[in-house]
Amino acid sequence: MLKFTEEHEWLQIEGGVATVGITNYAVEQLGDLVFVELPEVGATFSKNGNAATVESVKAASDVYCPLDGEITEVNPAIVADPSLVNSDPQGAGWFFKLKLANPADADGLLDEAAYKELTA
Amino acid sequence: MDDTAALKKTPLHALHLQLGARMVPFAGYDMPVQYPAGVMKEHIHTRTEAGLFDVSHMGQVIVKAKSGSYEDAALALESLVPVDILGLAEGRQRYGFFTDDSGCILDDLMISHLDDHLFVVVNASCKEADLAHLQTHIGDRCDITLLNRALIALQGPRAVEVLAELWADVAAMKFMDVRHCRLHDVSCLVSRSGYSGEDGFEISIPADKAEDVTMRLLEHPDVQAIGLGARDSLRLEAGLCLYGNDIDTTTSPVEAALEWAMQKARRSGGARAGGFPGSGRILSELDNGAARRRVGLKPEGKAPVRGHAKLYADAEGKAEIGEVTSGGFGPSVEGPVAMGYVPVSHAAAGTLVYAEVRGKYLPITVSALPFVTPTYKR
Repeated sequence: MLKFTEEHEWLQIEGGVATVGITNYAVEQLGDLVFVELPEVGATFSKNGNAATVESVKAASDVYCPLDGEITEVNPAIVADPSLVNSDPQGAGWFFKLKLANPADADGLLDEAAYKELTA
Repeated sequence: MDDTAALKKTPLHALHLQLGARMVPFAGYDMPVQYPAGVMKEHIHTRTEAGLFDVSHMGQVIVKAKSGSYEDAALALESLVPVDILGLAEGRQRYGFFTDDSGCILDDLMISHLDDHLFVVVNASCKEADLAHLQTHIGDRCDITLLNRALIALQGPRAVEVLAELWADVAAMKFMDVRHCRLHDVSCLVSRSGYSGEDGFEISIPADKAEDVTMRLLEHPDVQAIGLGARDSLRLEAGLCLYGNDIDTTTSPVEAALEWAMQKARRSGGARAGGFPGSGRILSELDNGAARRRVGLKPEGKAPVRGHAKLYADAEGKAEIGEVTSGGFGPSVEGPVAMGYVPVSHAAAGTLVYAEVRGKYLPITVSALPFVTPTYKR
């Protein structure tokens, strides 16, 4: 199940675990990324908590946790090479995996069509 | 009201839109921050080929003595800047700054000696205040005229070859030379200068011909349009001050490490020592040093350290010693770079200090400026 937030995160949800990243639209707005700071595995966040930071040449931006949950895995490849987020934001450029505290909350997020409408 | 409606436009505004620029408000103007290539590629293109910048938002001002004599105009301007203007040869340009009575910097500017008058370029955000400042203090002796012209900068190692295709004489110009010339039959003013740390030129063009001349330069395969984003990362790597960030009315020229811009003639014991606002403090700091100093700062990790980050002497954030004034990622350095102010006790290259970033204290080393070797043709 693919979901989106109004803050431009995407979530691929399988079996109560969401793989989270930032959308192609977000990446276009940010420009070339030069630095990514990821959360620690085991950390827990509430919805809209500041889970990661991305920096472009010009500015720093927060990446929010899209739902309540615990970080089970992070993507070290984007720390080593932040440009992966630019080149493949919704694939190899994923940020972290989140074990959802309440998987049903995902129903409240945007589906692909609604997100497309938001960013049109 | 739409905020962008109140923004001023340069003569190249339509061209930026046509080139697909992302526009942002800057100093009251709607300006291109980047083009589709993006800041990183634009920065590298400028360092390896030639980048073309629209800097028409800056103020271009003629200062001409009512007497018609260059000497009178030079001496009048010397009453406002700690710079040797009388000794500036015809066809030469010099960096300087307006100072206030407390010895701090009102604006920085480029000053050229052209024929019988001075041609001055000031920052966009300061130009109204600068004009009033000139009018108030030397308006009785000089006519102060704001020109309605475009200004572009062509910067990078290929700049001279590109411009020489239009005007061969440009190759003979040295760094900070200024010449009148004709580009495609348009009367332009060219200086071999810029603010990227690269060899290059600034070209003043009549507003109604600006798009034509600029488009012809952009047709060259080595030339790309470059936005404000890369302009900022280029000047930061070059260790050059941005007014409003690195220098302002709270910083003196000696604190800002700009002694090189104040020639002997205006210093203690010089032929025309002092005589500019704040000269007491500035001459004293030239003789004895200032308590703090602008330095280069190289973060040890990969995290960029931005302007306004606090600097500490210790890794626990107990002893605050200063602040970062500009910081970001340097695409040519391939890592984060910054500038800021520290006490002279911490200003030696190699000194380790700490910058607060998102609640952490990151090691950052005081570093010699510039971060890249300039390629000026002296």
